[in-house]
Amino acid sequence: MKATVHVRPKAGIKDPQGEAVRGSLAKSGFDIVSVRIGRVVDIELETADREKAQAELEQMSHDLLANPLVESYEIELLEES
Amino acid sequence: MTPNRPKIAVVTFLGSLDDHDAAWALAAMDAEPQLVWHAETELPKGTAAVVLPGGFSYGDYLRGGAIARFAPIMEAVTEFAAAGGLVLGICNGFQILCEAGLLPGVLIRNASLSFICRDVTLRVERTDTPFTSRCEQDQRLRIPIKHNYGNFTGSDELLVELEQKNQIVLRYHGENPNGSALNIAGVVNEAGNVMGMMPHPEHAVDPLLGSPDGAFILASLADAAREQSAALV
Repeated sequence: MKATVHVRPKAGIKDPQGEAVRGSLAKSGFDIVSVRIGRVVDIELETADREKAQAELEQMSHDLLANPLVESYEIELLEES
Repeated sequence: MTPNRPKIAVVTFLGSLDDHDAAWALAAMDAEPQLVWHAETELPKGTAAVVLPGGFSYGDYLRGGAIARFAPIMEAVTEFAAAGGLVLGICNGFQILCEAGLLPGVLIRNASLSFICRDVTLRVERTDTPFTSRCEQDQRLRIPIKHNYGNFTGSDELLVELEQKNQIVLRYHGENPNGSALNIAGVVNEAGNVMGMMPHPEHAVDPLLGSPDGAFILASLADAAREQSAALV
């Protein structure tokens, strides 16, 4: 089963990377309000069981892929390919 | 095992760089450093303190310290800390302690987005910790930093709590090099037996290295470890 985990800096947490990119885009002439930079993790799991996959993805996101203190995550289970 | 030279474990993770420097500096403080491989599951018998050294464990992939905290030895370090054992995390070691939940907060990318390697001035906020007992209140220490992810942050509530519970031990004095919240350079856990700091005391224990000020921190740790050892015997 395939899944994508989206990791983002939580609201209110500083994001120096996003801030730098915002500045660069603004210099290029774009009207930018804000930029926040996260991470996309594509994962292929052995299991074909959606519930099991969901539980495993939840645990791995919480324990490793994101730091819940400063990052939020969103799990997207993809349809069987 | 003589109480005069307390055994201090220095953990080597894959990608640790400063383990040997830390061991050398601790030996100069009359401690008996012992390098411990990350794959070990137990700390050496008689360990009186643990140092997690600087470096770039696992290439800083994902986040600094995120992967190292799953190293087998970390279970033993977590148990040791829970039992009141002294643990000092330096730079990457600080990041690992935060990721492991042994210290509050997290270290994010420097505000400048650049790697910073130079001496900074610190102010000692507390002298009643095992890591700063040799310091004077408000003493200035000149100690180098070298990091990409040294920008300490956390939720607003956490930052308020750190102030209220007096967990901030070291602050950058004058200029804040990395954007760290509240100018934090080093914090302790609530119990006060675990400290993390971004500056590298092990690189500043001799005037030949530019500054001897790091010895205030490491000698304090060696003193506290010596007391622990004496209690163990």
